Amino acid sequence: MSIKKTFFSPEKLNRRSFLKTAAMTSSAALFSASVSKEARAAFLKTNFKSMSKDDISKTIQRLEAQYTAQYGKKFSVSAKEPLPETFFAYGLDISRCIGCRRCVYACVEENNQSRDPQIHWIQVLEMDKEKGIDFLHSDLYYDHETVPHEGHFYVPVHCQHCKNPPCVKSCPVEATWIEPDGIVVVDYDWCIGCRTCMAACPYGARYFNWGKSQLPDEEINPQTHYLGNRPRPKGVVEKCTFCIQRVREGRYPACVEACPVGARKFGNLLDKDSEIRYILENKRVLILKEELNTQPKFFYFYGT
Amino acid sequence: MQKTRIKLNFTIPLWLAVIFAFFLLFDDFASPINIVSQQTGNARQKDIQVPPPPLTEGIFPCSECHAEMETNPEPRELVDFHDDIEFTHDEKNRWCLDCHDADNRDMLHSAGGEPIDFKESYKLCGQCHGPKLRDWRAGIHGRRTGNWNGQKQYLLCAHCHDPHSPKYKSMKPEPPPKKPGNTK
Repeated sequence: MSIKKTFFSPEKLNRRSFLKTAAMTSSAALFSASVSKEARAAFLKTNFKSMSKDDISKTIQRLEAQYTAQYGKKFSVSAKEPLPETFFAYGLDISRCIGCRRCVYACVEENNQSRDPQIHWIQVLEMDKEKGIDFLHSDLYYDHETVPHEGHFYVPVHCQHCKNPPCVKSCPVEATWIEPDGIVVVDYDWCIGCRTCMAACPYGARYFNWGKSQLPDEEINPQTHYLGNRPRPKGVVEKCTFCIQRVREGRYPACVEACPVGARKFGNLLDKDSEIRYILENKRVLILKEELNTQPKFFYFYGT
Repeated sequence: MQKTRIKLNFTIPLWLAVIFAFFLLFDDFASPINIVSQQTGNARQKDIQVPPPPLTEGIFPCSECHAEMETNPEPRELVDFHDDIEFTHDEKNRWCLDCHDADNRDMLHSAGGEPIDFKESYKLCGQCHGPKLRDWRAGIHGRRTGNWNGQKQYLLCAHCHDPHSPKYKSMKPEPPPKKPGNTK
């Protein structure tokens, strides 16, 4: 039975078809009339990956206006594309890290992470030197007077930017993907909040916005990237982006600059003179959960 | 005939200029890869900035006091002055004048006796800590700020390690994350 026949032939016009038609027309009218232009544009927006240049620039303008009004600060939302011939990788010297958590809070401030409910993209795990790298016996909540604590070492864990990422494969709506420069990103406006990626990630590196994110106005960072540190709505997943808003401008990620012991290294794998290539060629390097074949671009090394 | 020749004389250099300008522009836009690799690779040394050495305020220049004093080259424990220096850097085998220069008080000197400026103290440290100096030069040992593909700031060894007691000092950690359970 075709819709047309049911709805519009007078002999079939009964109570049910009348109500159906009425509901459809009124909801369409409501949507086009009562909803603001901005809300309509936000609703009809597609996945960032499939947006045209024109769509992107319109979306950016809309978001900039929205955030500027919301936080009372001039916001810039960039959609800067990957730099040519770059493929990012990260190095972390576990023989140097002292577990001071400076990186955690530098990341929170740079990337506008919610203060309450609290979201930390970096988790610093304290491990027993006798046990080695052992997640089962690691402690995330250590609270010593001073660090490093006797007999312990520290393994900060955040998104490993896998080359073979289970999170990307598990996403039912393709709201997360690998950019050409190797950064695993999330389109917060396309994410449906199903949290499948969180279950898939073997590193626990993805975080869910359980509540409306609370950001103190004076601490907010208005220099943002669409795929990076722009404010996230409630009910979506977020994660480390290698500070996409900084690294695509050529700068180091915030955690690299914050680390007082210089344990954090960052660079371009395709540049044979880069710091990261030096590490891979000259140091003892390990990756976490190698047996899962996730192929992280996050290399832990021993600098000593 | 002459008219056209004059015209040509103007147009050819004009075209050449346009082509040249285009080439310059094109060259600039088409080869960001070269610029990037130049900045991190060949031009690495020149793009590195190092802040001034962390000298104790009111102490430097050393010659202000030492110019008037006679040098006592005998290794000994200092009692009247500089006794606040905690010296735990192979203290059994060395003392002040192994690194500080006795003749030019405002300089350091290498094991071979060549003077080394405080601004280049890493040359002195690197004599014993060669692999660390090598890693520092490569950007692996020590903190870096700035650009991963361009100008970056290094720190001197002495910015993080007190040369007199070089073990990195322990510090108070930032607060631990909240335990989950009370989300609003």
